[in-house]
Amino acid sequence: MVTMTELHKYGTRKFIMPGTAACPGCPLQVGMRQLAMALDGKFVMVIPAGCSSIIPGTAPYTAYTVPVLHVPFASSPAVASGIVRAVRQRGNEGPVVVWAGDGATADIGFATLSGAAYRNEDILYIMADNEAYMNTGIQASGTTPWMAWTTTSPRGKTEDKKDVALIMLMHKVPYVATASIAYPMDFIDKVRRAMQVKGFRFIHLHAPCPPGWKMDDAYTIRAARLAVETGAWILWEYNQGKLTISPPSIPFKDRARRKPLEEYLKIQGRFAHLKPEDIKLMEEKIDRQWDLILKLAEIYK
Amino acid sequence: MTGQISLAKQVKKVLVGDHAVAEAVKLARVNVISAYPITPQTLIVERISEMIERGELKADYIRVESEFAALATVYGAAAGGARAFTATSSHGLFYMYEMLWWAAASRVPLVMAVVTRVLGPPWNIHDEHTDLLAIRDSGWIIGMAQNVQEAFDMTLTAFKISEDEKVLLPVAIGLDGFILSHTAEPLDIPSQEDVDSWLPPRNPRIPYTIEPGGEPITMGNLPKNDVYHALLKKYMDESMENAKKVIAEVYDEYGKLTGRNYGPLTECYRCSDARYIAVSMGAWSGDIMGAIERLRDEGYPVGLLRIRYLRPFPEEDITAWINGAKGVIVFDRDYSAGLGGVLASEISGFIPSNVSFEGVLAGLGGFDVSPDEFRGIIKEFIDKTEREGPIKIRKYWYIPKVEG
Repeated sequence: MVTMTELHKYGTRKFIMPGTAACPGCPLQVGMRQLAMALDGKFVMVIPAGCSSIIPGTAPYTAYTVPVLHVPFASSPAVASGIVRAVRQRGNEGPVVVWAGDGATADIGFATLSGAAYRNEDILYIMADNEAYMNTGIQASGTTPWMAWTTTSPRGKTEDKKDVALIMLMHKVPYVATASIAYPMDFIDKVRRAMQVKGFRFIHLHAPCPPGWKMDDAYTIRAARLAVETGAWILWEYNQGKLTISPPSIPFKDRARRKPLEEYLKIQGRFAHLKPEDIKLMEEKIDRQWDLILKLAEIYK
Repeated sequence: MTGQISLAKQVKKVLVGDHAVAEAVKLARVNVISAYPITPQTLIVERISEMIERGELKADYIRVESEFAALATVYGAAAGGARAFTATSSHGLFYMYEMLWWAAASRVPLVMAVVTRVLGPPWNIHDEHTDLLAIRDSGWIIGMAQNVQEAFDMTLTAFKISEDEKVLLPVAIGLDGFILSHTAEPLDIPSQEDVDSWLPPRNPRIPYTIEPGGEPITMGNLPKNDVYHALLKKYMDESMENAKKVIAEVYDEYGKLTGRNYGPLTECYRCSDARYIAVSMGAWSGDIMGAIERLRDEGYPVGLLRIRYLRPFPEEDITAWINGAKGVIVFDRDYSAGLGGVLASEISGFIPSNVSFEGVLAGLGGFDVSPDEFRGIIKEFIDKTEREGPIKIRKYWYIPKVEG
């Protein structure tokens, strides 16, 4: 387990140089910094089109401090497969990480993701999920939640959020987890445990986006934490045959201990149009998700 | 070393074109191969997987889920410092389209075989060059082989050309579907030892390596100024120009190694005293040569200019060969909708106004054109020009009568 003392060591270390093009309150820099702490800054990133293509700023400069290959939207798992085979042939066992958004992962890049996972390529895949195509101006993606406003779902999205982590679990890869930028210790531990395993590792990182969620810039971490505390985002980990609920989510197995869902929804303008019956239905969906994850935890004991 | 000594080290084999390409990949000691099955390319990657299984080639073979992933994977491998290869055809090539551009402008060395095939609909697996020609703007060096030996030689030399610091552009090698890919021909194959002495392992640091713990470089983020992007294209253009020289140098060395000498960008058959020049590329050039032979016997002063590399575009060769010609007739096994034949369109700009010109669209969809038919078309063009003076026909659809 990572300790606070260890994290303090990274207090002044600039894994991402200042002056990026990120929006105020951007969760991606938070998450990427946590990833860099977990890997002590020694890794390669493959980044498909998305916010993280823009954040490092303009060539010939970059804010990222590790080798980075920016690649077309749908290609990152395939490109990373090639990189990892090439460097392993030369005896380099370092981490090759795909850092991708939800659109690149759940939608356009889903085939290459599935391919790399089924081949069990030695890649760590971080899906930084801000729940829409934020870089192009907030269009609905496969992981945009039901009823959320986006520019392409002006009256609320009609489909449910695609559960990418569970789909990856069914690929029978050695490591799959969900994580949240509001729980850095949990995320860092997960990255480090994932690195103990060889093969395809997938972490679905929840990353609330202030402009995309029509939310105050100051609420990034609060929203991420409320997602967990209301039970809407369940932190779990599957590691080589065993699925467990992660410590921050354990209290919320008990429905009674979850905060009211409205607390999470009311700070987000994208849900402002919800009626009480919508919220009730949303709570039912959350209950069903908990049932499913808890049953899986029993199966993968 | 003399030609004779090196020739003695070669082995004669009888291989179909696809297997000859696989043989070249093995001799080049490629590190990473990734491909997706598509007819008529499939024999290449089947043979390569067998070679790897048998331990003849030490490489990673990555079985991907699409051609887009195949190119993305070998692109990643090349960025990671490996020598990488893929192969495809037709729809597969088009499924790669986005990655083709990304790979070229990333300036990583790569080699791809394109076994040419018609694009649907309707479904048709036969030979046409339209697929290969559709990538001509992407930044790939594009070669087109005439026979199995040349498909082998072009593939092997492609690694040397692509990895040259003055070039650093990917190379696509075209070979005609079925006509070359599935047709067995005898060819000479140099020994592994000779190839090793001529083609050392790829230097993973050139142009750059994306590797864990490596230099924190970034490839592909936004340009600070769009002019940088324009400069990149200009540099690619300069590299294409350099490639003309590098291709010549590489074939010169290769000729010393194998005794086989090529054009290198173009070859002109019976052109020295020709007043009329036919132009073509690919396997049917052999049939056109047959037609030229017969026309020569009939007293027609005609030669065949065969395009070996379409990119970089061999304009100096073309202008030199057609200099003084009375007429030029171009055969296209491809079609750019709304324009005409691609070769004819590209070459027509170099034809002086007083020179007769005809672009012939033939063999589309894969139908065969016999030496006798070529003879008839060329003869008619020459006769008409002699009778009426310079004619200008940018596209003539040669469509044989269909029975049944």
